[in-house]
Amino acid sequence: MTAVIEETIKAAGADLAVVRGGSGKPLLILHDELGYTGWMTWNEELALDHTLLIPLQPGFSQTPRLTWVRTYRDLAGYYSQVVREMKLDPVDVIGFSAGGFIAAEMMAADPKIFAHAVLVAPMGVKPEQGEILDIFPLSIRNHLRATVADPEGTPEFGKIYGGELTPEQFEAFEDARSETSRLGWEPYMHNPSLPHLLRGNNTPTLLVWGNRDRVVPRGCIEAYRKVLGKAQVAEIDGAGHRPEIERPLDFVKIVGKFLAS
Amino acid sequence: MLIGYFTERPYRSVPEEEVFKNRSFFGLSNKFFDPVKGSEDYRYYIEEYRYAEELGFDLVALNEHHGNPFCLGSVMNVEAAVLAYATRRVRIVLIGNPLPVLKHPLRMAEELAEIDLISQGRLVTGWVRGAGSEQFFNNANPAYNRELFNEAHDFIVQAWTKPGPWRYEGEHFHYRHVNPWALPYQKPHPPIWIPGILSPETVRWCAEHRYPYIGLGTELGPTCDLWDIYAEEAARYGYQAGTENFGYLLPTVVGETDEQAQEVAKNFIFGGGQNAFALPEYAMPSGYNSKSAIRMLAKQPTGTWLGVSGDNLQRLSKDEARGAADYTEVKKKLAAGLERIEGRLQLIAGSPKTVLEKVKTVLRVLRPGVFIMFNVQGAASNEQRMGNMRLFAQEVMPGLREYGKEIGLLDAFQKAPGSTKLEAGAKRAPVNNREVLYDLGLYKRPEQRAQA
Repeated sequence: MTAVIEETIKAAGADLAVVRGGSGKPLLILHDELGYTGWMTWNEELALDHTLLIPLQPGFSQTPRLTWVRTYRDLAGYYSQVVREMKLDPVDVIGFSAGGFIAAEMMAADPKIFAHAVLVAPMGVKPEQGEILDIFPLSIRNHLRATVADPEGTPEFGKIYGGELTPEQFEAFEDARSETSRLGWEPYMHNPSLPHLLRGNNTPTLLVWGNRDRVVPRGCIEAYRKVLGKAQVAEIDGAGHRPEIERPLDFVKIVGKFLAS
Repeated sequence: MLIGYFTERPYRSVPEEEVFKNRSFFGLSNKFFDPVKGSEDYRYYIEEYRYAEELGFDLVALNEHHGNPFCLGSVMNVEAAVLAYATRRVRIVLIGNPLPVLKHPLRMAEELAEIDLISQGRLVTGWVRGAGSEQFFNNANPAYNRELFNEAHDFIVQAWTKPGPWRYEGEHFHYRHVNPWALPYQKPHPPIWIPGILSPETVRWCAEHRYPYIGLGTELGPTCDLWDIYAEEAARYGYQAGTENFGYLLPTVVGETDEQAQEVAKNFIFGGGQNAFALPEYAMPSGYNSKSAIRMLAKQPTGTWLGVSGDNLQRLSKDEARGAADYTEVKKKLAAGLERIEGRLQLIAGSPKTVLEKVKTVLRVLRPGVFIMFNVQGAASNEQRMGNMRLFAQEVMPGLREYGKEIGLLDAFQKAPGSTKLEAGAKRAPVNNREVLYDLGLYKRPEQRAQA
């Protein structure tokens, strides 16, 4: 097992909790709108030849909220400062869902910040067709269940979210969803100017999408593909919004190959 | 002591079964709205408030909800403006304008000033954060709700009191030209009372501003806790809180007999009653409640108003069983729930004698300077509604006024809230009489609660 540490660092003028594990080239991981899930199979596999750096988003329990951050673009600006301060750029990145939105905003502001970008079911753009699922009028349980195609058939889903929610878990989800609401309530989990600012961006990008995703429609992938010159699309059959835990081995294979390219 | 009249102004022609199917009032399709019936209800409620004035109530209270047949007051200030002209004596109490969801405090300052002017200074303004569902309906970010509330409040008070024109650059609101021409009739501005259901933050904020806090039918024990939070905070600000700092609103039904009143009271559980106001996921959006409010809520298992309850909080973290319900079973459960609520004195129904004694108990416990009677919900007829008002006013109100005098319940007009100074370090006097609740078995002593 990889040794995984969580530490709070001073970064870009603020405290930032970061989970770190693995060895090799740095790989920045931007978690989704529900927060870091813990170290899973996909982390373990990718950590064999990458050093995973997982910042825990400000306002999500472990990292204090930055009150000046009011939009995903603000947050992307903060993370970009962190990346530059740590002299990581150009760095490889994987962004999940809202984390994909953050990565796309970082790319838009600085086309050279990423060597490779993997955007997994990314929010951030208005879908060509369909709608991004409104997570706010859902109970936490129903929200969680909507993120995978088959909760009962996804062992790692049970590992993360099985059983009764403890009061501490409930509060952690409340923190995550509250901060997500602050940044993404309106326009809902997208930024109308983002596609315009991504136009012609040549960052090697992989768009990953499970074809049973109930949260982010295929239309978001199409909207990104339209403006990102070098984007490839990897569709994972049978997976929902979290292919990394629903099909961990397929996910690692596809992503590992792309990052090595 | 002041006695007020309040109704949610329910849309009375909503098919109950559709509310059950939807599992809540909020979100029910507006295809069930009939404009002719709606018009009749709006016009009737104006008449009802005039009747309240005629019967001798001191206050008429209005509230606001959006997208909900539970309450037709989606633009309360329109109704308040009508009442400002259609009544002559009563104070018009707004409980209240949901400032964060309306997002335009300058406009609010103008609307309220007009109501105060038309009524010649009879407005008592009240502001709220808005129910959870209001955040969805108005697309107001729930995570900024309290910031929006505080900033809108500060802005409106300034707009009323600081000569313009001036420019305002705030956190959430921006105005380049603040100079509302029509300023309130009352100086420096209309009294501000703040209604609430559970939030300790709101109570502390009220104490800081010396605004009376109006408890909206909350369970008596936790309400005593809130009163204590208020009084502690008041002491920190150097004053002794008293009856002038508190008001309480209570569902009340008076009939010729206990049985007749119980029959009418059943309208309070129409469609599932207040717990069916909105589904928990709409009632308690993420970021809307603070952690301390959530913990406070957990103390009120079967809840307060507007679908906000410990049970519903629990439902948020569980999978929901869906599917067609057996409405006969649902109704049986609701009837049992009504009995429990009555047992806790969160709803009082009975003959004049029964109601008088029970409301006196509530007054003895909470010691509010303002008591507001909340008329029935559901599809009750005009005759049932007005009969309730008449019996309350004629048979119960005189006894309550007498009792209020006897136990020294002064309202905020008789005594300015915050006018009794308290030296630093001095022990504050009690603001409620919680021993009565312990004796009645309606609340556990703190040590027993800690054990539980």
